Amino acid sequence: MEKINVKIEGRVYSVDKNMTVLEAARSVGFNIPTLCYWNHGKNSLASCRVCLVEIRTARGGRLFASCVYPVADIPAEKGFEVLISSPMATAARKASVELLLSNHSKDCQTCVKNGQCELLEVAKVTGAEDNRFLGEKTPTTYDDVAPGIIRDTSKCILCGRCIERCKEAQGIGILGFERRGFKTIVAPAANRSFAKVPCLQCGQCINVCPTGALSEKREITKVDAAMAAGKKVIVQVAPAVRAALAEEFGYKIGELNATGKMVAALHRLGFYRVFDVNFGADLTIMEEATELLHRIKNKGVLPQITSCSPGWINYMEYFYSDLIPNVSTCKSPHEMQGAITKSYFAKKHDLDPKDLFVVSVMPCTAKKYEAKRPQNAAVEHLPDVDAVITTRELAAMIKRAGILFRELPEEEFDDDLLGEYTGAGVIFGVTGGVMEAALRTAYHALTGKEYGPIEFHEVRGFKSVRDAEIDIDGTKVKVAVASGMAEAHVLLDEIRAGKSPYAFIEIMCCPGGCINGGGQPFVKPSLKPEEGADILETYRQKRADILYGIDERKTIRQSHNNPDIKRLYEDFLGEPCSELSEELLHTSYVSDRPCFPED
Amino acid sequence: MAIRPEVVADVKSICASVKNEPSPLMIVLSTVQKKYGYIPLELQEVISAEMGIPVAEIYGVVTFYSFFSLEPKGKYVVGICLGTACYVKNSQAVIDKFQTLLGVKEGETTPDGLFTVEAVRCMGACALAPAMSVNGKVYSKVTPNDVDKIIAEYKSLEA
Repeated sequence: MEKINVKIEGRVYSVDKNMTVLEAARSVGFNIPTLCYWNHGKNSLASCRVCLVEIRTARGGRLFASCVYPVADIPAEKGFEVLISSPMATAARKASVELLLSNHSKDCQTCVKNGQCELLEVAKVTGAEDNRFLGEKTPTTYDDVAPGIIRDTSKCILCGRCIERCKEAQGIGILGFERRGFKTIVAPAANRSFAKVPCLQCGQCINVCPTGALSEKREITKVDAAMAAGKKVIVQVAPAVRAALAEEFGYKIGELNATGKMVAALHRLGFYRVFDVNFGADLTIMEEATELLHRIKNKGVLPQITSCSPGWINYMEYFYSDLIPNVSTCKSPHEMQGAITKSYFAKKHDLDPKDLFVVSVMPCTAKKYEAKRPQNAAVEHLPDVDAVITTRELAAMIKRAGILFRELPEEEFDDDLLGEYTGAGVIFGVTGGVMEAALRTAYHALTGKEYGPIEFHEVRGFKSVRDAEIDIDGTKVKVAVASGMAEAHVLLDEIRAGKSPYAFIEIMCCPGGCINGGGQPFVKPSLKPEEGADILETYRQKRADILYGIDERKTIRQSHNNPDIKRLYEDFLGEPCSELSEELLHTSYVSDRPCFPED
Repeated sequence: MAIRPEVVADVKSICASVKNEPSPLMIVLSTVQKKYGYIPLELQEVISAEMGIPVAEIYGVVTFYSFFSLEPKGKYVVGICLGTACYVKNSQAVIDKFQTLLGVKEGETTPDGLFTVEAVRCMGACALAPAMSVNGKVYSKVTPNDVDKIIAEYKSLEA
């Protein structure tokens, strides 16, 4: 890399020539505060003006946004220099933050992002004073109509991160800047509700929002009410939650497999039973692998596409509903498990399903929508799952209850009919995991033998679209894995064109799969000084490693070898895709769902 | 509001005709604005689907530039310059008179759909201040007393 000399705060440093002033300053030990800057400036609009520095050139000292100013333009040899702490620069950064605060709702104490707000952080760093600029505020919108996401423009600082994130992850662009000047807001077209546009409810926008302008729609009060009403409240936790929950309690990303402590916390929160959605994942594999084999044997519609990700199902119903015949009819694991809880579990314990209340802890905001679908209400028209809370909401409940997470012992999930799970279930939480789990079981179903190496490394990794040819005892099966709809749609276009070479495709809505879901703990570099500068590149792998580690240590690693699953089929369901399975565990989809429904 | 199918087809063909231009969206929007007088959300959805640009982005452009309109404009668009030169020559009094006589506020259209009153920024005709225009025809050195005459001129065309 070609170097250049840059004078920063009176000293000359040799830095990479293609850096911005911000990057150069950070590389030599100065942390200039930023707000709109995200993902190493790849989406930077340089709109917040929080990173202003004084740059002295032949024209004297002037203020510039360091996040976009190239060091190549200010070589030290020409006498140019960067001043971060000059009175001019310090005052300008402080004023930028004060101006943002002047148009902000400032109900910080009760804000859902309390403790995780980047605006508060820069206010602290820059020494911003309150109420320096008083006056009119931009008219605001509060939208809590959609099931998963709340938008509160009174807290929006117009950084544009969410706009870019939606385009980059899902290729849709639900959000945009609209109107002009003082009246500018970030909103879906015509400031509609998220419920009135083809929003997937994936929550990727929430994860990048620096303030409380975007947040998940919380359902903690629903759980509280069910407990208060004396219902038997059963909690079930998705695989990906354990890979990230510890981050909410001061652990570094990837440091702790939180399973044991998480279960201990759930016991202390007073749930009637604490179950693992991994059981549901194993069940999904039994059904989905059987469905796939049926399709292959009976020359049914191929490729079969997975159906676990509700964000993907939303995308499919909005934009690719002609591919409904390709999509597995399997409910997602937590919906399956909810239906089994309200049927099999209730029957075995002689309980009225109406007295049960199933809470799912999910890394996902779209699951909140999924649980409300009328198609997912198998037992006496009761919803399979009554409430969905995110990983972040679970952390909030644990904190509210005064539970000392770090002090907790490791406890086991309740061993009561739905207790056992396998390594195959746990890797559902990462892109490629469902495929790998299904292949382990399909291999067994086709050959009668277990796949020797167990792991299918061909389908692992974070490339947005991957494919592999799996040799099942001489039969070659082509499979593909994709995450993030911005890229995954390529596979769908292939099917549409009749050119798809695959038998089975796994699609996850969020890039990297559920470990990177819209309900997971925030990864905000400026609020995580203990993490490395490359944390935005590495956190997904670190979380995935936790799940792969759990799988590796499990003695039972194939869904069909789960003893509780075997018993469920022997005692209750009969066999995969039986009539009862179809009734309880399978769902249906809506074609041509309107993208812009009328009121 | 349902858009007539022939309008949808026309807008689609406008989109198709500029697909290879460097920044096709502005061309499409200005063509539709000129031809139909406004760009309702329903048409923006059509343009979005045709051009693969998110509706939110199109809506952002339409609401950013004052040239574009979400509502139908009147048959005659009266633009009164409130740029610096015209303003110091009291063009505010002219716009006030239009508002009083037509009974609409700035940016609004008369119920009969004939007139839209707009404040515009410098028309580049400062020597003619206060200046105004009706559908592009420029009037110079306008006083409040000229206003009823100008309105009558266009009303007579309708008689």
